Amino acid sequence: MSVNIIKLKIDGVEVTVPEGTAILKAAKDSGIIIPTLCNLEGLTAYGGCRLCLVEVSGTPKLFPACSTPVGPNMEITTQSDKLKEYRKMAVQMLLAERTHICSVCVADDHCELQAMANQLGVDHVMFERNWSQDEIDSTHDFLVIDRNRCILCTRCIRVCDQIEGVHTLDLKLRGKDSQVIMDLDEHWGNSCSCTSCRKCAKVCPVGAIYIEGEPIEHTKKRDIAEFIVERRNRR
Amino acid sequence: MGKIGNEKKITISPITRIEGHAQVTILLNEDDSVKEALFKVVDFRGFEKFTEGRPFYEMPSITSRACGICPVSHLLASAKACDAIVGVNPPKTAILLRRLMHMGQLIQSHALNFFHLSSPDLLLGFDSDPAQRNIFGLIEKQPELAMRGIKLRKFGQEIIEKVAGRKIHSSDWILPGGAKWPLTQERADYLCANLPEALDSTQKTLEMYKKMLEGLEEEVENFGNFPSYYMGLVTPDGGLEHYDGKIRIMDKNGKVAAECVDPAKYREFIGEAVEPWSFMKFPYFKAIGYPGGAYRVGPLARLNVASHCGTPLADEELKEFKKLGKNGVVQSTFHYHYARLIELLFCIETAKKLLEDPEILSEHVTSKALVNNYEGVGVAEAPRGTLIHHYKVDPQGMITWNNMIIATEHNNIAYNMAVTQVAKKYVKAKQLQEGMLNRVEAVIRAFDPCLSCATHAVGSMPLDVKLIDANGRIVDHKVR
Ligand code: FES
Ligand SMILES: [Fe+2]
Repeated sequence: MSVNIIKLKIDGVEVTVPEGTAILKAAKDSGIIIPTLCNLEGLTAYGGCRLCLVEVSGTPKLFPACSTPVGPNMEITTQSDKLKEYRKMAVQMLLAERTHICSVCVADDHCELQAMANQLGVDHVMFERNWSQDEIDSTHDFLVIDRNRCILCTRCIRVCDQIEGVHTLDLKLRGKDSQVIMDLDEHWGNSCSCTSCRKCAKVCPVGAIYIEGEPIEHTKKRDIAEFIVERRNRR
Repeated sequence: MGKIGNEKKITISPITRIEGHAQVTILLNEDDSVKEALFKVVDFRGFEKFTEGRPFYEMPSITSRACGICPVSHLLASAKACDAIVGVNPPKTAILLRRLMHMGQLIQSHALNFFHLSSPDLLLGFDSDPAQRNIFGLIEKQPELAMRGIKLRKFGQEIIEKVAGRKIHSSDWILPGGAKWPLTQERADYLCANLPEALDSTQKTLEMYKKMLEGLEEEVENFGNFPSYYMGLVTPDGGLEHYDGKIRIMDKNGKVAAECVDPAKYREFIGEAVEPWSFMKFPYFKAIGYPGGAYRVGPLARLNVASHCGTPLADEELKEFKKLGKNGVVQSTFHYHYARLIELLFCIETAKKLLEDPEILSEHVTSKALVNNYEGVGVAEAPRGTLIHHYKVDPQGMITWNNMIIATEHNNIAYNMAVTQVAKKYVKAKQLQEGMLNRVEAVIRAFDPCLSCATHAVGSMPLDVKLIDANGRIVDHKVR
């Protein structure tokens, strides 16, 4: 089977990649890092967080780099004032959507959302905050989910399905009301499919799913991306 | 207590150089003499309410944010309440480290109150220019002393930082059942190397203060000089204690009025009254009732209830201190300053003792456990006095109910007594004079209240004073 190799430009640099490659990967392969949150190498792309938006010449539309394949002769811009504004806004919307108080969060200092906000220079949230007050589910022996901190990246759902292969986790409802659920919306402690593998806690970019009593840096210590890619390749 | 009726009234609000936001109202009689003064707290933050539904193990971290001055005390009281919920005794090393961290907290806070907040009054004079009467004025006039204060406070913060990782909010170090990481040799050595200077500064300051006290008889006599009950933790043999032990309540004659061996039963001894005009509750000694059961907490109270300190230098000082009162009970609020300096000495000696303990460097600092009890109480002596955290949780460990009694709250009735006394002595006309305002503030500052803690509230501290006459008219009003 032969793969078509195509040529394109990312930030003015000429790149050649196999057809069908995601913009994000094409950029990464040539050393250009695009900010991401929901994406995790080794899992399918989801395109939910909109941090990876890029500009493509010839169209005013912005495209998520993680889930948009390259096309021949595309000219892609990954850094611009406009993109920076959009990315900052995306982070602010995530912060406003639920209850994010870094100072008292288990993931403080080990949070990808917090790091992203710092990196982009988000020093305030211009939207009114929702301050959600969802019940915390700690019925599982050691896994806890605090949906108030969830950014709906679905990494946990994808890792549970695609790597662990059980699909305990899924999403209910839509838009900002979406919630990560276990089985058919059971308390975690009652889930009959959960294998307690902890992968969901390991991939959670924030402090929404964590292991009770375990320091977060311990849970997230392992280079998760590598770990997942390695598992994936083994399958 | 006092109703605001037809008397004349002076309000001082907010009070400067204390931690938080408050107001003093002085009520005048028909003949313009002072009838009564009320200390009000005007902020409210409601930690007790908004922690409902949170996992219990988040409580140390959340509640320690109530205050930027004494977060470690909240951390410890909270961690102890969590220890009780999991029903586990932390490993010995974790307790040593928690105690060491607490010594850092006390040193830091006491140094802040004495050097930064109070000594400008003491050294530059109560009637001196308010623009100069602050730490900067002190640096100008007494640079050596000011430096000592700054360094001591830094040392306290460094203890906290070396033990727990951060200077102020170091909440991720503490865990129900212990602590997350041990102390390294290198960090312990650093602290040991800095102990001698801290000890030397404290001793020098104490000597200086004792000399200075001779010129301050009037203040000692009139700054909240009244009998009350006193409360504080003591060791099983009645010594000075800040982390554990039993709650002792002592009467004005030095007799032990009650001992609460299991601090979890604090509610058998302490009642909490509420007044419509203040956000701060009014705790009282239950056996006597409200408001007669007014008691004081904090450095003065701790030295009153303790028979000894348990460290050689502080014990010497305590003997001398106890001579200031009948039966060893020192009752002038002004002597909080003195007591604070003796505690500072005690804390430095204790930090040394802890650092010399062979087990302080052990790696075993964590006990693991899940929720075993649905209720837990944690008590510690914060810089400002007895601090109680009391939680109830559901089987999943989510907080269903939470009561915090903060050091500053215990003194609430006593504030009014102290402020009334000062106002009676210094309010002379229907006008507000700088010296009088400052003395009212100073007596409150002697208690070192932390209103951020007490109301679990935040606020800034400019000064706003109101004088209201017998017909309820404002006759004078000053803002500074
Ligand atoms: S990383 Fe592409 S949308 Fe989240
Ligand atoms: Fe405080």
